Amino acid sequence: MRKSEKLITNTIRIAGSSTILFILLIFVFLMKEGLPTIQEISIGDLLSKRWYPIEELYGILPLISGSLIVTIFSMVIAFPLGIGTAIYIGEIAPPGLKEILKPLVEVLAGIPSVVLGFIGILVLSPMMRTGLKLPTGLTALTGSILLALISIPTIVSIAEDALYAVPNSYREAAYALGATHWQIIWYVVLPAGRSGILNAVMLGVGRSLGETMAVMMVTGNAPTLFSGLNSFISPVRTMTATIASEMGEVASGSSHYHVLFFIGILLFLFSLIINITSSTLSARPKRGKDQVIS
Amino acid sequence: MRQKLSVVFMLLLSIILFACQSPDQASSEQANSDSKKAYIENKGSDTLVNLALAWAEEYQLLNPGVQISVTGGGSGTGFAALINGTISIANASRQIKPEEIEAANENGFEPIEFIVADDAIAVIVNPENPVDNLSLEQVSKIYKGEISNWLEVGGEDRPIVKLSRETNSGTHVYFLETVIRLGDKEDRSIFSADTLLLPSSEGIIVEVRDNPNAIGYDGLGYVTENVKMVALSQGANDEYILPSAATVISGNYPISRHLFMYTHGEPKGAELAYLEWILSSGAQEIITELGFVPVISN
Repeated sequence: MRKSEKLITNTIRIAGSSTILFILLIFVFLMKEGLPTIQEISIGDLLSKRWYPIEELYGILPLISGSLIVTIFSMVIAFPLGIGTAIYIGEIAPPGLKEILKPLVEVLAGIPSVVLGFIGILVLSPMMRTGLKLPTGLTALTGSILLALISIPTIVSIAEDALYAVPNSYREAAYALGATHWQIIWYVVLPAGRSGILNAVMLGVGRSLGETMAVMMVTGNAPTLFSGLNSFISPVRTMTATIASEMGEVASGSSHYHVLFFIGILLFLFSLIINITSSTLSARPKRGKDQVIS
Repeated sequence: MRQKLSVVFMLLLSIILFACQSPDQASSEQANSDSKKAYIENKGSDTLVNLALAWAEEYQLLNPGVQISVTGGGSGTGFAALINGTISIANASRQIKPEEIEAANENGFEPIEFIVADDAIAVIVNPENPVDNLSLEQVSKIYKGEISNWLEVGGEDRPIVKLSRETNSGTHVYFLETVIRLGDKEDRSIFSADTLLLPSSEGIIVEVRDNPNAIGYDGLGYVTENVKMVALSQGANDEYILPSAATVISGNYPISRHLFMYTHGEPKGAELAYLEWILSSGAQEIITELGFVPVISN
């Protein structure tokens, strides 16, 4: 008995620490391949405005701006829709409907992004062009809408879990005080589930930032720099799409190869920042009336 | 109970799948071990991929002892694979770069070049676009961003949306050197930043087909019925010429190029036989069927 217990404990320990090991290995690999960039290319060149690697123009600003534009706008769309869906499923929908909606959201999560990309090219992008009278439908906006579709399931399922975790006694207490359904959702359930909802949004941001295929197919991949609101309806090139489309051609060990890994480091840092923000936000000590809610 | 059932079901399913797969696997293993069966791995240019596939199919019919696998990915991708030694023949729509030859030499071999076909680059627009003729200089200015409205080249008042292949494409590099820089080696001008870089030839065709603002370029073999080819002229006063096999052979069409295959050192055995066959009149007929231009006349 003791022996088998020991075995199980050790297996679990190895499984747990292997994750840390993998992260470390990935980090070391990224650093090893990406950091030579700093020696090979001056900071001034890296921060220039043009990305055109076959002429050795390695300005990464347009790529960062492209990723940010697409991610931010996708969150503007996905946040209200995702949280709204979660509230509807968790608080409003009758049990029967809930049983249908939840799996449907999960099906949406299971659609491969390439398939969404196809829909984006053939349906969404022509609609955008004719509907908004744009020069082309392959724009940041089209990419954002697809990304919103991709990140909504993540947001919904995590936010819904957060709402589910709010104890029923809170709702009952509010009912007893004469609160309406809406008041309960707005003043009791949402504040109580705040940290989980924030987490949901942060994971959604991570999902959008890291998505590659769908974005590569519909954003037009033109490395243009952010220039005001117009940029939302212009083609952009994201960091992920750049790595994906250029990695196949580079000779390993060349400057271009190192820069692509450098972009990988930046992506890694961005998602690290997102994760840290999300965990500090959710771990923030709660004040006043929220104190009892844990 | 339900869980148990699903486990049993999964097990059954995997057994069935395994059973289906194993004879195939066994036969392919046998094929690899059979010394008579030659295997040629062929990769690179997306421009050449359809042609290379057609050749491979025909050749395998004629020579059942040879197995040829063909994949695309771009000329740069093909060279990278040739240098890394994962393939034996690389397809390319541009000549190998000095750096790539150097990298190959470092890996202990000399890439050998074969010109296997010719190809015209067609500049394409939406069929609704009234513009029929452009000079190379106008195309260059459009892609450099100096001309941004169709009105300036005799069309309607519409913004110009420029489409290009990604930078790993040999066609992209050829277009940059021959059209944007007009063949001037000193010229360092490049595509304007708002040029859309699409990952595939099909992507360009689809966007040009649907979007009346768009201009794109592609190998002649890829151009479909539902886009319009523009007649090009070398200078503003020269004759405007539409791309076709005849105008490429006569040398009148200004932007045509060779398509290449590169081997891993001097080709031997099955590869040599395959390349010799490609340069024979039988294989060159297939070229014409696919809209490319043969390099040998029959």
